[in-house]
Amino acid sequence: MASALFYILSATALVATALCITRRNPVHAVIYLVNAFFALALLFYLLGAPLVAAWEVIIYAGAIMVLFLFIIMMLELAPDQDLKGPGWLRWGPVVALTLVLVSCTLLLVAADPGGADGVPRYYASPRVFGYALFKEYALAVEIVSFQLLFAAVGAFYVGRTDGGSRRRSES
Amino acid sequence: MIVPIEHILMVSGAMFIMGLACVLARRNLIMILIGAEIMLNAVGLALVGGSALWQQVDGQIFVIFLMAMTSAEVSISLAMVVYLRKRKGTVNADAFNGMQG
Repeated sequence: MASALFYILSATALVATALCITRRNPVHAVIYLVNAFFALALLFYLLGAPLVAAWEVIIYAGAIMVLFLFIIMMLELAPDQDLKGPGWLRWGPVVALTLVLVSCTLLLVAADPGGADGVPRYYASPRVFGYALFKEYALAVEIVSFQLLFAAVGAFYVGRTDGGSRRRSES
Repeated sequence: MIVPIEHILMVSGAMFIMGLACVLARRNLIMILIGAEIMLNAVGLALVGGSALWQQVDGQIFVIFLMAMTSAEVSISLAMVVYLRKRKGTVNADAFNGMQG
């Protein structure tokens, strides 16, 4: 059952990605991309990476895509034209993808996690994961934390509203 | 392994190519960033597949670093989109040709 779920979820992710990159409206693209990331998270779980699956949903679908939506709404990038064609063409694919994803999730939950069927063989326990992350890769964690700090400082600098213009008008 | 590694790599490669096509073909800065996101996620899928193949946890840790890198990249690049929009009033990538590249 796990391999069948893998192929269904792969097809879902690919279809959602294809729909995403062909949309003209960025908001629609972001919605399809959230679907694709959800399918990817379930794939990660199937491949035995539950922690990565959780962070895929929390960080990618939850934080980064919402950041994209904020920027699109702030800059008013979404065109407000009247789309031609029947309405179900607009919301039909999203509903179909979401139904597939929800039923796959329910199947995964219903399948016995400890049984022989539909089980990820390899389950990275949080203990093993945390030991490897903070023992073997401790230096990399430090470097990544610096990188996030630099990114925050850079984003503040690029996105400042009055600092640059004030300095320019004084001189 | 529930499926052969070749199938995982095929899915990952197809997704990567779609992201690359999005980056190359679209002219909207937001869509270019979305293409980059798709490519990074395809790489993450390949890494998790490798982690499952060799039964090592290193691939998953690399995906975590990939996520941290992506958050940094997205925050910087969206700030730059806002800045460029303020300068030129558009998010069309063709408008930013000041270096005649």
